[in-house]
Amino acid sequence: MSVLTSTDAVPHQQLQNKEPWVKKSVLPGFGLSFGYSTLYASLLVFIPLAALIVKSFGLPLDQLWDVVSNKRALASYRLTFGASFIGALINLIFGFILAWVLVRYKFPGKRIVDAVVDLPFALPTAVAGIALTALYAPNGWIGQWFALFGIKIAYTWIGVTIALTFIGLPFVVRTVQPVLADLEAEVEEAAASLGASRWQTFTRVLLPALLPSLLTGFALAFARAIGEYGSVVFISGNMPYRTEITPLLIMTKLEQFDYAGAAALGSVMLLFSFILLLLINLLQHWSHKRTGG
Amino acid sequence: MSIEVRQLNKNFGAFSALNNVSLDFPTGELVALLGPSGCGKTTLLRIIAGLENPDSGTVLFHGEEATNVHVRERNVGFVFQHYALFRHMTVFDNVAFGLSVRPKETRPTKLEIKKRVHELLELVQLDWLADRYPHQLSGGQRQRIALARALAVEPKVLLLDEPFGALDAKVRKDLRRWLRRLHDELHITSIFVTHDQEEAMEVADRIVVLNKGKIEQIGSPDDIYNNPASPFVYDFIGQVNLFHSRVDHGWAHIGDYKLPAPEFSSVNNQTAIAYVRPHDIELTQENIEGSIPATVSHVSTAGSVLRIELTNKLSDDVIHVELPRSQERSLDLSVGAQVYAKPTTSKVFLQR
Repeated sequence: MSVLTSTDAVPHQQLQNKEPWVKKSVLPGFGLSFGYSTLYASLLVFIPLAALIVKSFGLPLDQLWDVVSNKRALASYRLTFGASFIGALINLIFGFILAWVLVRYKFPGKRIVDAVVDLPFALPTAVAGIALTALYAPNGWIGQWFALFGIKIAYTWIGVTIALTFIGLPFVVRTVQPVLADLEAEVEEAAASLGASRWQTFTRVLLPALLPSLLTGFALAFARAIGEYGSVVFISGNMPYRTEITPLLIMTKLEQFDYAGAAALGSVMLLFSFILLLLINLLQHWSHKRTGG
Repeated sequence: MSIEVRQLNKNFGAFSALNNVSLDFPTGELVALLGPSGCGKTTLLRIIAGLENPDSGTVLFHGEEATNVHVRERNVGFVFQHYALFRHMTVFDNVAFGLSVRPKETRPTKLEIKKRVHELLELVQLDWLADRYPHQLSGGQRQRIALARALAVEPKVLLLDEPFGALDAKVRKDLRRWLRRLHDELHITSIFVTHDQEEAMEVADRIVVLNKGKIEQIGSPDDIYNNPASPFVYDFIGQVNLFHSRVDHGWAHIGDYKLPAPEFSSVNNQTAIAYVRPHDIELTQENIEGSIPATVSHVSTAGSVLRIELTNKLSDDVIHVELPRSQERSLDLSVGAQVYAKPTTSKVFLQR
């Protein structure tokens, strides 16, 4: 070790040794609130999830591997994560446009539209599923027109994607809306006075500022779609290898009293979801750091 | 480049922000638009910039009609009160923005942009901050960056909307002197909006005083201070003592006291307002001719001046007096002391 680096490292080392585990805060009640949070998170999240993983190891390893990697399971992962991703992507684009319209323009019925955005939160998902199926079935109001061209929506992956888009709609709108409302008009005026066109202002000034909230909205919509069950079972038709989502596969296992198999599939979903959300969070952290949000 | 505005009108609902305003801004001058909030000064600046459209009237740039030219094409540099920097861009990228959004044919090369940005950052003395983000800078630094960004596109006109309004007193004073020096260097036609008369006095070549959407007075800082054209200007520029009076044959009567008003020698018994600046009052311990008996009620020292408040029989308001600190020794200024105040200069406006 050279002299330079050692002198560098020593104060840092000392700092680390001297620094207590938590910094003292002027706000009282850290012990109590931290303890409570730990207990709460443990009871509601950590312990159940741990139990899920433990349960899945009730199977011998070769059987476990077979349950989570057979063709039917793989097809269901593909559909669940693929359709959720596409749905979240659609919500990203159209949720942004919806938020933009709600923030930037005044029009009659604005408050009603604003309220309607939250409906997918409140509606029982089964109701949404039945409604969507009625609309998009080959003899439904919308489905019949597509049927003319030989396009099937309900009972295909397209129907699944539509259902997952529906239930994820509010997330992007509600995360982008307040940030958009907070953006000062001055920043856009500054860009215009410097000679930027509307498109340049949008892509180089507005979009980067909105990126963190767009990512948050996307992550929430994506996460919500992965876990969705109620609305999808009606519109998907539930054909193994083709329109069967993983949560349904888990449900089927439960009905056959194959608890360990259900838990194994659940653990796989848990792992995937965790990795994906972690990645999105890292991306967000990075973009946040840049704007100093 | 010179700017002219002709018969500008702008209403926001029932509120009239600008009422038939016509003004000339000659090339190379630094002009202050001064007035209380809601007087239309910011609206006027924004119309000149093209950020707002007038209801009627025209804006001429160098004699050419510019009223309907988009802000993008006007080639003005605009500096906002709250900086309006792009948060997600470094200082360098902020300053480079105006050059990098130019269409390909006119855009300088990367190297040229880099050189130009560093020149500008040196001009505002912040070259060492090029890689920082705006949230890492102080308010004063941010506003200098905003100025560098506005100057990057080589504007013909520089427009500043309360540029120092969000800064603390010390930084504000430094920055306005700095702006004055910068203007002396660049000689770019500049207009800045302020509600701070001291700021306008210190920085501007010329001051336009606005009130309720109308021009009250145009003149040099000295002119505005020494010869206010209206009671409003007198009141707005600096502190004043105000006396309600009756003017009769060259004298303004305030109760049983009178001030000379020779310019109204032929006026017969009209109500008027007399103004006396706090530093235009002498204090003595003896009762001399033409002085007002008064009692000291409060004394404060603000830097080099003594600020004294006097209660008196002429009005319910106290009389404000400013004296150099040196007078403290020759006068008894303890609270309750009896003194005699003699206005040396006054100005009377008839009320209609």
